Formats: sequence, structure tokens, C-alpha cells
Amino acid sequence: MIWLIYIMLGIGLAFNILGVLALHRFPDIYTRLHGATKCTTFGSIFIYLAIILYGFLMYFSAEGQYLGLSLHTFFVMVMILITNPTGAHAIARAAHRSGIMPKKAVVEELREDSK
Amino acid sequence: MTFISSELMIMAAFLVALMFIGLIRAVLGPTDPDRIVALDTINTLSVVTLVVLGMAFEEIIYIDVAAVYAMLAFVSTIYVSKYLEDRE
Repeated sequence: MIWLIYIMLGIGLAFNILGVLALHRFPDIYTRLHGATKCTTFGSIFIYLAIILYGFLMYFSAEGQYLGLSLHTFFVMVMILITNPTGAHAIARAAHRSGIMPKKAVVEELREDSK
Repeated sequence: MTFISSELMIMAAFLVALMFIGLIRAVLGPTDPDRIVALDTINTLSVVTLVVLGMAFEEIIYIDVAAVYAMLAFVSTIYVSKYLEDRE
């Protein structure tokens, strides 16, 4: 079952690379926020799942100290799952309130509606 | 040291290299929320690096540090975003 852990680590690393690449290639603050936050959160959750699976695997075949590692990593995974989207919403709200327009936008209806 | 620990340390080296690439956007970015997005990405990547190194060295304390750092990064992002909301 070790091949499953390697595959999940590889997927997590690939999505993290895509997330950092999104910071450079996108033209605008809103698109950069969307690409970077989603991709790094997704890749990080895959890496946490790989480590939890590895902890359970070692626990069932060898000594018993790896169960604490798995439970603590599950707690970190729940923290990242709750806090990353909230932080991204706060950044997007700050960017919209301070008047930054999307790159090729001509008409923006949220600003016209909220006046 | 577990039997997977050399691959985990190579992975941690890749993640640190990605952090340095993300630092370029924090220096360049023309507007202020650009810099906050780059710092949030660096925070998420450093939490993952801490957990991976904690599994490579078999210490639970690294993962507790990662949990507290994730909470601190969230709180700091919210505060800096609320400060930037009413400028210009």
C-alpha cells in the first residue's frame, strides 16, 4: 500500500506547484487569489491525507506511536479547511472595497448596486 | 527515522523552493492585496512543510507547532485585510 502514499504525495506536490504558478501568470488580483488559494489548499489536503494514511499503516504493522501523529495531522487538516477560504474571502472583500477593478472590466454591477 | 523519510525530506526541499518562488510576487505585486495573497500562500506552504518534516523525524511537537501557526496566519490575514479595506 505504499504506492498509494507515493501517488497522493505526488498529486499534492503537483497542485502546490500549479498554485504557485498561478501567482505569476494571471493578470489580476482576483484571478491570482482564486487560483493560488484553491490550488494550494487542495494540494495541502492531499499531503495531509497521505501522512494520515501512512500513520495508520505504520500503526497496524509496527509500533504504536504513530496514532498520535495521525490524529494531530487530522486536526491541522480541519484547521486549514476552515481558515483558508475565510481568509480568501476577507482578502477579496478588501480588494473590492478599496476600489481595485478587474483587468478588462467595463461595467461592474456590484459597485453600482451597493451605492 | 521511518523508511519513507528520505522522500519526505526531498519533498520538503521542493516546498521550500516553491516558497522562494512565491516570494517574488510579494516583492513585485503592484497593489497591496497582491502582497497579502503571496504571504498567505507562503503561510499555507510553510504549514505543510512543518507537518511533512514532523513525520520525517517522528516528532509530534512539529505538528502542534503547525496547528498553532495555521491559526496565527489566519488571524493575521483577517486583521491586515480589515485594515486595508478603507484605504484610498
